Amino acid sequence: MALEESGVPAIAVHTQPFARLAKSTALANGMPRARQVFVPQPVVGVSAAQLRAYIEGTDQITKRPFVQEVIEGLTHALDSEDLKGMSFERSTPRLLEPDTEENLNELFIRNRWTDMLPVVLPTEERVARMLKGTSHPPDKVVGRLRPTAFREAWEFTVEKVAVNAVMAGARPEYLPVILALAASGQTARSSSTNSFATISVVNGPIRNEIGMDSGIGVMGPYNHANATIGRAYGLLSQNLQGGSVPGETYMGTLGNWYGYTACFPEAEERSPWEPFHVEQGFKPSDSTVSVFFGGWYTHAGQGPRETWQDLLIRTLIATDHYLPPFLVMDPIAAREFDKLGFNKQRLAAWCAEHARLPARDYWDNQWIQTLMHPLAVAGVEPYASRLKAAPDELVNLFLPEDINIIIAGGETQGFWKIFGGRYGGRGPGAPITDKGEAASPTISVDAWR
Amino acid sequence: MTKIAVHDPRGYPPKVTGKRLAPRLESLDGKVIFLVDCQFDNSDVFMQQMREWFAEHLPRVQTRIIETRESWVDDADMRATVAREGDGAILGVGL
Repeated sequence: MALEESGVPAIAVHTQPFARLAKSTALANGMPRARQVFVPQPVVGVSAAQLRAYIEGTDQITKRPFVQEVIEGLTHALDSEDLKGMSFERSTPRLLEPDTEENLNELFIRNRWTDMLPVVLPTEERVARMLKGTSHPPDKVVGRLRPTAFREAWEFTVEKVAVNAVMAGARPEYLPVILALAASGQTARSSSTNSFATISVVNGPIRNEIGMDSGIGVMGPYNHANATIGRAYGLLSQNLQGGSVPGETYMGTLGNWYGYTACFPEAEERSPWEPFHVEQGFKPSDSTVSVFFGGWYTHAGQGPRETWQDLLIRTLIATDHYLPPFLVMDPIAAREFDKLGFNKQRLAAWCAEHARLPARDYWDNQWIQTLMHPLAVAGVEPYASRLKAAPDELVNLFLPEDINIIIAGGETQGFWKIFGGRYGGRGPGAPITDKGEAASPTISVDAWR
Repeated sequence: MTKIAVHDPRGYPPKVTGKRLAPRLESLDGKVIFLVDCQFDNSDVFMQQMREWFAEHLPRVQTRIIETRESWVDDADMRATVAREGDGAILGVGL
């Protein structure tokens, strides 16, 4: 669409499942008649001959010859509808038309304003009570969210965040954490085909003030604050960014259960190592929430036992390694690693040093190809060196700074888990500020008290 | 049945400002058409096939393959090249 604005007639080729998304994106960008053509899915992993058959076949939406659509898209004269473009204002009301509780619950489901589990209806009284959890005025703008970089960003206020917090069943004292998540610029409802979710980690005094629990069942349905803060982040993301609708603003092929709720506090008091937010430059007395983007893969293990090194290496190379890992480690396991002389930084460095694959295997990954290969060709390290490596040469999968470690768990076992979770960095869904700069994935909760 | 008033949970969408399409070409004959490889996996092979199709069926069309700097990133330099040296563009393969 930017090319069209430069005076260059253009036509975009998409795959068929993305038709609704492509058309709604064009509409939201003010160019609803942007020319688009659609080939079958998939393109990835398909031979040149099959792709040629797509080109010589039919457009998957219009059922007319594909190349005819392409040529006409560049040469057919524009009509009056094309020339006028489409400007319009959309608005959302503060309050909905009054109705019965039953009808409103149905409306919320029908409009996809829920996560398909029951919600608490956001009455004026409940929202007013929720707003007592922060000193900030209801009409203060908190931030903007979007499901992907190519969609328009929607704006929202403190009150709108409070509305979604009510729906999730949260209590007013949780609101500063929820506001901080909303202010992150990072959606918990990415539209990516990778079915990304977010996992958020709370540090500092706020954990104990609001009754979060880092002990037994820390990542399960056993603590009200853990559960409802994570749920609120999901609900506010989908509603404040303009939706998370399959086929239109959500394309995750498998979906992700972490999308329901995934928020927990670090067990700072029982950890042998410094808290995560202190690693990021905050004071121990600061309260923060940090967002890890991904939640795509999950591996688990015990340790360290006699063969811990082999186990950890096997696990790390089994990851879908375009997405950096973060480890969540029970304090028992952390203390054992501590006895071996590790701290978080040394263990991350050890993992980065030993997680290696032959270059052939590293590059034979769709998202490594899509995200890292262009960087490698452009000479960006460490990808350029990985590309120069011979096919059988071992290349490191991660940099030490890619790998993060959080301590949590009930000390009933010395377990650890490894999740796909990018902390900052580049790639689909990476949060950016209004100035186009990378946004910090650790947000002050204190700023939203 | 008692009716209650509740808040709308949605955020505020931005105003949409209409943008006009570029004038279309009378014909592709003799024109330079950029095939923009958006750097998704295998889109380079797709664009090569597009290029070969044009060479076989519409040889008077000059096609040039150009890559975006990265996938997922708007590439202003690429757009400037296409605007400066091209008459039209086919972009893909987006998801």
